[in-house]
Amino acid sequence: MSEAMVSGSVLFPVIEPASGALDVERVRRDFPILGQQVHGRPLVYLDNAATAQKPQVVIDTVSRFYRAENSNIHRGVHYLSEQASGAYEAARERVARFINAESPNEVVFTRGTTDSINLVAQSYGRTFLRAGDEVLITAMEHHSNIVPWHLLGEQTGARVRAVPLTSTGELDLDAFHAMLSERTRLIALVHLSNALGTINPIRQVTAWARDRGVPVLVDAAQSVPHLPVDVQSLGCDFLAFSGHKCYGPTGVGVLYGRESLLERMPPHQGGGGMIETVTLERSTWAGLPLKFEAGTPMIAQVLGLRAALDYIGQIGLAAIAAWEQELLGYATDMMAAIPGCRIIGTAPEKAGVLSFVLDKVHPHDIGTILDLEGIAIRAGHHCAQPTMRHFGVPATARASFALYNTKDEIDALAAGLSTVSRMFA
Amino acid sequence: MGTLATLYQDLILDHNRAPRNFRSMENANRRVEGNNPLCGDRLTVWLQMDGDRILDAAFQGSGCAISRASASLMTMAVKGKTRAEAGEMFERFRRLVTGSVTPDDAQPLGKLAAFGGVAEFPARVKCASLCWHALRAALDQPEAVVSTE
Repeated sequence: MSEAMVSGSVLFPVIEPASGALDVERVRRDFPILGQQVHGRPLVYLDNAATAQKPQVVIDTVSRFYRAENSNIHRGVHYLSEQASGAYEAARERVARFINAESPNEVVFTRGTTDSINLVAQSYGRTFLRAGDEVLITAMEHHSNIVPWHLLGEQTGARVRAVPLTSTGELDLDAFHAMLSERTRLIALVHLSNALGTINPIRQVTAWARDRGVPVLVDAAQSVPHLPVDVQSLGCDFLAFSGHKCYGPTGVGVLYGRESLLERMPPHQGGGGMIETVTLERSTWAGLPLKFEAGTPMIAQVLGLRAALDYIGQIGLAAIAAWEQELLGYATDMMAAIPGCRIIGTAPEKAGVLSFVLDKVHPHDIGTILDLEGIAIRAGHHCAQPTMRHFGVPATARASFALYNTKDEIDALAAGLSTVSRMFA
Repeated sequence: MGTLATLYQDLILDHNRAPRNFRSMENANRRVEGNNPLCGDRLTVWLQMDGDRILDAAFQGSGCAISRASASLMTMAVKGKTRAEAGEMFERFRRLVTGSVTPDDAQPLGKLAAFGGVAEFPARVKCASLCWHALRAALDQPEAVVSTE
């Protein structure tokens, strides 16, 4: 048995709680991409909310799978298949522990956050929602937590209503509470806004929802890599996130669902792997969680995600969150000193995302000019057009931070922004 | 990849700061909206046509420096031109910003040649050409919405 196979066994390393501050120079050495130059300048990667870079251990895990371990899972009686199946299910257990699910049966592997939300809309939504029912979302959702509900609305006649925002980019909680009614059948909201950085008071929302027996879906795409996320403490019924924003591979994500709800939901897709028995007349489904995993899943990516979560666990989310808060504070002070700069999203509870506009300069021009300095930011509407409309801007520039960013990189951003200001003065 | 100066030429910065023909048009007989769904930019192009000839052209909307300056210079360039002449100008402009220019293209483009640097920034080609797509749609039909996607 190879060393690689041992890593796929069900015994995973005990993750030490964070012991002190994060050593950013040491962390940076784990990410090979960060050493490169872009347009002749050192890469400054500040687009982490779009996707995060991958540590060597994730790259090695994926590569080792294809080099030495590749096999389909839950199918074969041969050695490689048994090993791959074990590693895949061990990854599910790792995810369950990472988000503190009660059981691995509550962890469904999907293609990503978008896929997870669509699964809930199509399976739970189409089964339990009727014309006149309401899905409550918020005005700071990513399109991936808006459009699946619009589709569901067209299929069922259910109505989508959105909780409004305040001027700082927080949820208007009074309005939220007032919008809850006997017609509310599902609440779907983001934990950490990708466009504003706002952290939403999920526990408050789940407390209201529990009183009314309404399930709550949390879009945790941005929060899982940056904040400790505990589904039992949040009290949510569904939670969705993506591997690639957690330093893992693209093409893999997670849907957490409360077991009692997942049990009642029909499969959203049919195929191999999700069945119990099939005759030419009818099929019966496998139990949880395989019921929702039709077809050969993204095995290498699931193992890569597990390696990424182990990596996060070894550094510690408390240390990561503290370092990213320090970066956010440093960058916020830097932005405030730039004439004509307006920060979009100024909630007191924020993490890792800094959206801004510069007077008389369009975000795309900021993005191009910074790119020539080797600095990668996002410019655009961040797939959150309703949020942009709320703030009266067509787009923003966005710097978003990860555990490997440094204050020197924020200084480079500041220098790039003064080039922008000079040019458009 | 080019330098900042090849993309943001002085003429482009000037037309971004103070775009010409940046207004709505009461007596327009053509009005077309252009959208770039990738970035959320929108603009509206108005034309006043007399038969086959463009008497007046104007635009409004939000966009980056490249898209504003492009629309500004386009409205200046097409005034007085026939539908065929404006269409030919679009083709030459498109060759310019996609880097497939032919030796005799540069001269007839006049000030529009300032967008030559766009060819070195593939992500910005749509910014420069959105207004032209809107113009062509306006020449083809009185009311339309066009998209760069």
